[in-house]
Amino acid sequence: MTDQTTAAFDLDCEGVTKNFGTFRAVDGVSFSIPTGTFFSILGPSGCGKTTLMRMIAGFEEPSAGDIRIKGKSVLSVPPNKRNVKMVFQHLALFPMMDVHDNIAYGLRCAGVPKAEIGARVADVLERVALPDLARRQIHQLSGGQKQRIAIARCMALNPDVLLLDEPLGALDLKLREAMKIELKLLQHQFDTTFVYITHDQSEALVMSDYVAVMNAGRFEQIGRPEELYHAPATAFVAGFVGDSNRWSGTARGTEGETVHIETETGLALGGSPRGTAPIAAGTAVEVFVRPEFITVTRATEPAPEAANHHDGTIDSVLFNGANSRVLVRPPAGGLIEADVTLTGGTSDLRAGDAVRLSWDAAQTMVFAA
Amino acid sequence: MARSMTSPALLLGYRLYVGAFFVFLAAPLFAAGIFAFNDSLFPALPWQGFTLDWFFNDTEPKLGMFHDRRLLSGLYYSFVIALLVSLLSVFVGTTNAFLFVRREFPFKNALYIVMIVPLVIPGVILGISILVFASNIANAVWDAWEVEISLLRPGIVLVVLGQFSFIATITSLVITARLRKFDTSLEEAALNLGASRARVLFTITLPFLRPAMIAAGIVAFLVSFENFNTTLFLVGSESPLTITMYDRMAKIGSTPVLNAVSFFLMVGSGLLALLSVVAQRPGQPD
Amino acid sequence: MSRDARRLSLILLFAPFALWILLLIALPHLGILALSMREKVAPRVYEFGFGNYAEFITEPIYWNTLLRTGSMSLLVTFLALIIGFPIAYYIAKIAGKRARGALFLMCLIPLWVSDLIRAFGWILLLRESGVISRSLQWMGLTQSGIEFLYNDAAVIVGLVYTVILFMIVPLVSTLDGMGDDMIEAGYNLGGNSLTVLRRIIVPYAMPGIVAGCIVVFMMTAGSYLTPILLGGKNSSWFTEQIYNQFISRFNWEGGAAFGVLLLLFTSGVVWIGLRLSGQSLANTVARS
Repeated sequence: MTDQTTAAFDLDCEGVTKNFGTFRAVDGVSFSIPTGTFFSILGPSGCGKTTLMRMIAGFEEPSAGDIRIKGKSVLSVPPNKRNVKMVFQHLALFPMMDVHDNIAYGLRCAGVPKAEIGARVADVLERVALPDLARRQIHQLSGGQKQRIAIARCMALNPDVLLLDEPLGALDLKLREAMKIELKLLQHQFDTTFVYITHDQSEALVMSDYVAVMNAGRFEQIGRPEELYHAPATAFVAGFVGDSNRWSGTARGTEGETVHIETETGLALGGSPRGTAPIAAGTAVEVFVRPEFITVTRATEPAPEAANHHDGTIDSVLFNGANSRVLVRPPAGGLIEADVTLTGGTSDLRAGDAVRLSWDAAQTMVFAA
Repeated sequence: MARSMTSPALLLGYRLYVGAFFVFLAAPLFAAGIFAFNDSLFPALPWQGFTLDWFFNDTEPKLGMFHDRRLLSGLYYSFVIALLVSLLSVFVGTTNAFLFVRREFPFKNALYIVMIVPLVIPGVILGISILVFASNIANAVWDAWEVEISLLRPGIVLVVLGQFSFIATITSLVITARLRKFDTSLEEAALNLGASRARVLFTITLPFLRPAMIAAGIVAFLVSFENFNTTLFLVGSESPLTITMYDRMAKIGSTPVLNAVSFFLMVGSGLLALLSVVAQRPGQPD
Repeated sequence: MSRDARRLSLILLFAPFALWILLLIALPHLGILALSMREKVAPRVYEFGFGNYAEFITEPIYWNTLLRTGSMSLLVTFLALIIGFPIAYYIAKIAGKRARGALFLMCLIPLWVSDLIRAFGWILLLRESGVISRSLQWMGLTQSGIEFLYNDAAVIVGLVYTVILFMIVPLVSTLDGMGDDMIEAGYNLGGNSLTVLRRIIVPYAMPGIVAGCIVVFMMTAGSYLTPILLGGKNSSWFTEQIYNQFISRFNWEGGAAFGVLLLLFTSGVVWIGLRLSGQSLANTVARS
């Protein structure tokens, strides 16, 4: 997964496992993060991603496996001696100190001389573009400012790796969108490895160089965002990353690259086999088709050439500007989502219209269940 | 607001009732305070004119409180006792808070109840039980080695221990409540920034607890200062103020110098109580 | 932290608690229990026995005093609840935001004044030469002075006054936690004031009510100054009996027995109260 010639990894995990009693929260996770990347760990809540991060920070001890920072194992290093800094979910800025003292805290712990502390705090504030806020109290800051101060507090210590534990979770939608871009820019600016934990796939896709999808204590797939989206390795990744129409069904036979499926709702589909497990006639399968790959044409108009055609009527139109969507009910039952462009003109699709849906076999991802 | 439900007449009646209640609350305190300024030998009507003699006059029969040696020494002992009690109770309250909020150990819930119990034991019983216990030990030591441990005989040490025995519950509850509100990720953040455990404690956790510790200390001080029931059984020759005042009342009857002391105490406690309220709400959200 | 360090710090945190409870609460109480079961048979010669308790039972004045103390304490508790509840409700739910803080503070101020001063104030108001009597004379309503002091009513007034704040404070904090919407929903669903009070407000405030009642009852039953100063010679309060045994008659064994009896009696009443109200000590007193 690295496109760099030097094998410089800021963070390596090897077979990291964590048991809480009989419950295995993290199960043999291995990965390496190249220097200077934005790496996200994406997973539903309870998948073990927070536990994994706490082990990297040193707040939990792995039951098995090894964690290396810049090539050196840190298992025996206590949390306050690791050069891995962490932005907490609720930021954990110290309310009894002002901005300057929050940022200076780590420097003072490190025994940086007094004279130098002032300069370094000013420098890092400059880099997060909040140079005038040094003497503000924490409760006087806006949500976005707090975010940047929390990052500045860590970056003042020049960490090898910065961990971020869903720090955008508490922000409202608008600010969250803005902060996504900002975080990416900050990462470039500091040129430090960021490990970002989130359950929000859009955060992970937008910001990251690499994303690891985690489920039930294991990594399902590590890859670039577009790989995860277009070439998911497992059914879980296909379902978790991006929107899709999803069917359960049975394989009826294969023909070259194409596998023929009959879904439980009775649709006959042609798809392309994905994942590692072999698919033959009789295999139970999960089928995913992303709404943007389905073309909607009126029943009266010619449909494009494609492996899959299904007629139906529009059940409802979900208007959302350029990202509008229709829900189509085929005669067999169930609903199929397809993206459409609505221009506001009289030719727009409406509920009740008869339509034909078309999509390619290559866009129909079939996994053995 | 729930008041929208009631009719205006009812609300007026309600307000009058509340007003009457506060008159009821204030009346005896007012009576106790006002006669300190009446130029009379008895704390009673009619009003004879304003005077500060009961505070500052240095001759009998109107000996002012600041020249009354017994009252002053009572004030001094009360102060010393209250100071010791509040220091001790805040310390134990803080360790108890960490014990019950941060640690897991067997019978934790039962022991938490045990911690509350001293607050509901009648003060008189705390007094006699500690008196008996201390005397038993002192007697046993005397019988065994002929050594007299005067600390275990009625006196300041026993008074402090007796008051501490139930005031520690109050401080524990106050400080525990604050520690429960503490977000432990602040400690983890400090550790993550490279602080040692001790540094985290002194720069993060204790500063967070400080308002509660100050407030608990003030409450402990005031409760100790006004305590009578427990103190009564444990007091030696160094009588604190409440005991001195009670003796005066029982032996001489009420005199306006007692009003002067009452006024002085009310103002002092009022100021301290206000201070504890201020300490509880610094300019930071919890 | 390593395992050993954790264990050591747990021991260090546990030590003050254990010393406090063991040396100042548990052992002293076992001590008076043991002492109460000792009978003096000759100077400096003692025997195990229940003579001190037998004396309590055979001497009607003792158990009458205990029953009187208990019943008057219950009455005081009841009065404090009836008088205090509307006040707490007003502070928590009806007063405006600013008035609320001020009223609450006003409620607290007498809390920081000694029992002695409060009783002293009542003496100055109630006695024959006191403010009320003199004022009535001045208004011509009575010729001679009236003695309001040294009767049960004065004792009850003084006790209610002394303890009512301990009823109001927990009530305010529980009522404060109850959203106005809950009351409004009650009316909205067709309840009248009485049903809303009975079905919504009182059940919600139950932990506060029980907490207040426990503290008030224990304080009243264990009080010493107020009954003696306001009730005079014949106040017959049980703590006075304990004092007499201990200090005046120097009969520690008898006094210890009385102490144990008072403790058992009051704890019994509190236990019955908790049982009847379905609450526990942890969610009532511990919360206030």
